[in-house]
This record gives sequence, structure tokens and C-alpha cells, in this order.
Amino acid sequence: MQIDLRTVSITPLRQTFDHVAKRLGGDKPASRYQEGTLDVQAKTNYHYRPTWDPAHKIFDETRTAIKMKDWYAFKDPRQFYYGSWTQARARLQETAEGDIEFVESRGLASNLSAAVRKLALELYVPLRHVEWGANMNNASICAYGFGTAITAPAQFQGMDRLGSAQYLSRLGLLLGGPDDLAAAKNAWLNAPAWQELRRYVEDTFVLSDWFELYVAQNLALDGLMFPLLFKRVDDHLTSQAGPTVSMLTRFQADWFVDASKWVDATIKTAAAESAENKAQLEAWTRAWTARAAKALQPVVAMALGDAAAGAMEEAMTQFKARCAKAGLSV
Amino acid sequence: MSTVFIAFQRTDEVRAIVEAIMQDNPAAQIDEQPGMVKVNADGRLVVKRATVEEKLGRDFDLQEMHVHLITLSGNIDEDDDQFVLAWKH
Repeated sequence: MQIDLRTVSITPLRQTFDHVAKRLGGDKPASRYQEGTLDVQAKTNYHYRPTWDPAHKIFDETRTAIKMKDWYAFKDPRQFYYGSWTQARARLQETAEGDIEFVESRGLASNLSAAVRKLALELYVPLRHVEWGANMNNASICAYGFGTAITAPAQFQGMDRLGSAQYLSRLGLLLGGPDDLAAAKNAWLNAPAWQELRRYVEDTFVLSDWFELYVAQNLALDGLMFPLLFKRVDDHLTSQAGPTVSMLTRFQADWFVDASKWVDATIKTAAAESAENKAQLEAWTRAWTARAAKALQPVVAMALGDAAAGAMEEAMTQFKARCAKAGLSV
Repeated sequence: MSTVFIAFQRTDEVRAIVEAIMQDNPAAQIDEQPGMVKVNADGRLVVKRATVEEKLGRDFDLQEMHVHLITLSGNIDEDDDQFVLAWKH
């Protein structure tokens, strides 16, 4: 008996969905990111306006002053859809857990000097309230924004911030105890050093233009806070007491590098769309950056003392260079 | 000039790698087979890490490519940034 092996090539009738193919300019294989993002948000057949806001449709392009011909011009350079986002975060979490485990198993926390431990607790634990605010704000961007290309990554960003808040709680429990979490909340509500930052966070809660909120939260506040507190202050703590605290805030440091890619790409796309967009973004960035710098100054001073002014200035210069790369002169 | 080629299993990730190869080697030809994609080029073919990272949207180690690799022909010159196939002799 003889068996002939034969290769049969079965080509799919279509490579992707029609609405995706239309954007790709032909029936080409599309990535999961493209299929999970492009034109996913519903646009038509909404008969009724929301009772809570009859002036707008449920998904409405006019909830912001930023105007885009195509809201799917926004691209996430990390190509996050739910699957790739969870995988990327699982990797980040594994590293962070490894570091925390290392600090725990070697008892590194108990070797910290009292002064450094106190500073780390007073500085990083109240920040979990800022992180929770960032979670709320990004959820709000997702709720009122237009187009899956920007709302989906905003929701991911929001969940990241919740994770970040939880890691700060872990830091508090590892270096101190439940009492330190309560003390940090009290400081957030009452200590003078935190009030300006609290005002910033609470004021952003009531912003009605979601793109302004994006600038205030993801560009202005994060763009100064992360380099200052998770890099500059972190370097200071490391030079004093070794990398223990640094290992506990690794998640935030790594995450910021990753998230900045998306924020930069989003701002760049919006600014390149039109001169009006660019002017609007610059005005928002200028106003919110000035407030963010004022709010962070006393917090940075808690850690760096006299060196705080120099650190603020340096962070501001870097931030302006970053904005310039994204096409904003601020 | 002799042909060099590289063949991969057809996966989601490979699509980005092949896209990067085509961008860096405009003269290369794609040969699509069931379950496999083969890229042929005259004399030289380069895979650049930076281009793959851009297409993939994440950091990429060129060693990761070997997970998808079926076969190749040509002398290999590889470092952290690029993987070059050519006939050197």
C-alpha cells in the first residue's frame, strides 16, 4: 500500500473584520491590538440621550475642547488590549513581588535606620491616596472619553494606579504597621505639607473636560511626581540607607517608564492634529504644571530639605524637554 | 548573488517580526506557506531589534526570535542590536 502525503493550502476567506480592513487599507492580517481597538466603541443607533446629561449623547465627541477628525488616530505604542496588558503587568508584578520577597526574607526592613524608615513611611504611604485619585481620574477619562483607542488604555492606566496604591500599602505594612497607614491618612487629611497636593487631586475630581483631566493627571502631575519622588528622592534614600526602600517602590519606577510611552504618544497625536489643539494643550499643561510643582514642593522638601529647590528645577527642565518632544512648548 | 532565507512558524508575534524584516529589507520576498512564513533575500538579510520593538510595542530580545524559528540559510552575524544573514565566503 502506498500513502501519498500532500500539502493542502487552505487560505482564509478573509484576514480580518471589514471595519478593521477599512482602516488598514485592505484585507490584511491585523494584530489583536488592532482588532480589539479599532472602531470598537458603538457610534450609531442611540435613540435616547442619557437622562443625567441630555445635552450630550452617551458617547459624545464634544465633551472636550480637543477636536479630532478621527479619534482612532490615537495609538498606544505598547499595543495594549486586555490580553497584552495583563501579560505585561504580570511580568512587572513578578519582578516587584520578587523584590518585596527579597526584602522580607533577608529582614532588610529591620536594618533600616529609624530616620530613613520614618521618612519612607511619611513620604510614600500618604501617596496611596494620590494613586487612588489617579485611579478615579483615569476611570473618568474612560467613562467620558471618545473612542476605544484612548478609553481602553485609560482604564488600564486606572487599574495600574490601584495596583500602585496597593504596593504603597504593602510598603507601609512592611516598614511599619497598620497604625502607620492610619497615620498616613491623617497626614493626608491634616498635615500642612500634603494639603496643596490634596487640593490638586480633589480639584481634578471635578474637571468636566476629560482631556484636560488627562493633561492634569497623566501629564502634569505624574510627569513631575514620579521623577521627583520615585527617582530623585529614591536616589537620596538609597545613598543614605542602601536600596531597601528602592526595592519596595520598584513597581512605580518601572511602571512610569512604560506609561510615559503612551502618554507621550497621545499628547503628540492630539497636538499634531491642529494648531487649536496644540494651543489648548499648552495652556492646560502650563496651568496644571505650575499647580503640580507648587503642590509637590513641600513634599519633596520633607525628603530633601535645602536641596528640594534644585531638584524641583531639574525636574521641571526635564519635564519641559519631554513636552517639547511631544510637540508642546510650555 | 546567492539567496539567504529565514523561515518562521506563523504566529501573532512573527507577523510583527516579518513586518520589521520587510521594512528593513525592501528587496526581500515573502513566501507564505501553510503554518510557515519564509523570507527570501538576495545576498543579505537583516533583522533589527529596534524595528521589531517598534512593531511589537514592547522590548524584544533577538534571542526570542528562535522560539518561532524553523530554519534559515546563510552565515549568521548576530549581536544585541541586529541579526544578519549573509554569504560571507
